[in-house]
Amino acid sequence: MSVAHTAPAVPENLTWSGGSEPLKASYGKLMMWFFLLSDTFTFSALLITYGMIRFSQPAWEGTTDAFYFATTHWPIPEKVFEAVPFLHGMSLPLVFVGIMTFILIASSVTMVLAVEAGHRGDRKDVEKWMLWTIIGGFTFLGSQAWEWTHFIHGPEDLSLAAKQLVDGVMTPIEGANLVRNPYGPPAFADLFFFITGFHGTHVFSGVILNILIFFNAATGVYERRGHYEMVEKVGLYWHFVDLVWVFVFTFFYLV
Amino acid sequence: MAHVAHETSEKEIAAPNTGAIWKTFWILLILTAIEFVIAFTMPANTLRVAIFCGMTIVKAFYIVGEFMHLKHEVKTLIWAVLVPTIFVVWLLVAMIYEGGHMY
Repeated sequence: MSVAHTAPAVPENLTWSGGSEPLKASYGKLMMWFFLLSDTFTFSALLITYGMIRFSQPAWEGTTDAFYFATTHWPIPEKVFEAVPFLHGMSLPLVFVGIMTFILIASSVTMVLAVEAGHRGDRKDVEKWMLWTIIGGFTFLGSQAWEWTHFIHGPEDLSLAAKQLVDGVMTPIEGANLVRNPYGPPAFADLFFFITGFHGTHVFSGVILNILIFFNAATGVYERRGHYEMVEKVGLYWHFVDLVWVFVFTFFYLV
Repeated sequence: MAHVAHETSEKEIAAPNTGAIWKTFWILLILTAIEFVIAFTMPANTLRVAIFCGMTIVKAFYIVGEFMHLKHEVKTLIWAVLVPTIFVVWLLVAMIYEGGHMY
């Protein structure tokens, strides 16, 4: 290569039109960072709303054992989320959401392994780890679908459900929707659907992006291009989705 | 450019260097496990909420710092991401505080 009289050979993705790199980051990566920052604002808006509404509603004052569902106080999360697939009838508080957290963290690890393989130009490894990340993403989405179904159905024993006044009689609420739910104040289910739903939508678009990246890696697009930066950019997005879940997990399920 | 592409198609692929990645994975896993232990052994109070928030921030630090590689970027980029986020946290705390006064 005759590069003696020109600038040092820097890969195309590392130079902006002026030939230099602001913040030592490529255009694509920097823009991904700023997009993620704007996405942080959107998710924060939801979590701030959650924090404010939750603390403006009466909390349960008694012990955890004495807790019951009612529209007059905010539910304790471990009383709402205590079911696990295939273990019907057993009370396993927060176990399933713990498994979901593990799945997402694990898929974040396989993603960063794909990025690392991309740095080495190891096409086989990129394909392998992208595939694991995609599987992790679908597993999480499936788990969330189960979680939503269970949440919408409400407690099996109707006598446990919160009650509302129907024709002058206190009647158990069957099933959760945006207007009423058997766990607590309407805002509880509203925030559950909006926050986990908005996050799930992000996971879904992340899985689509991961599939595209896998397809491009497998067909040799990035090998011909000479770098695997697209894996890194989509990786940033995928880690962000994991990061948001860490916050949702803490604020919605633990606190 | 052609030179780079040529090199990668050869059988000269470096061995994986994934020590830091797996270390981060174990840290995240152990932190989540500890959160569970606390959730079932400690009574719900302000201290518990503070512990959960602290551990979440530690987890966020590892995800953003190591997985998203922000720790190894230039300082200006780190601050560009961090400063707006600090304002968001401020708003979060302020609104939770205000929410407590509405009831």
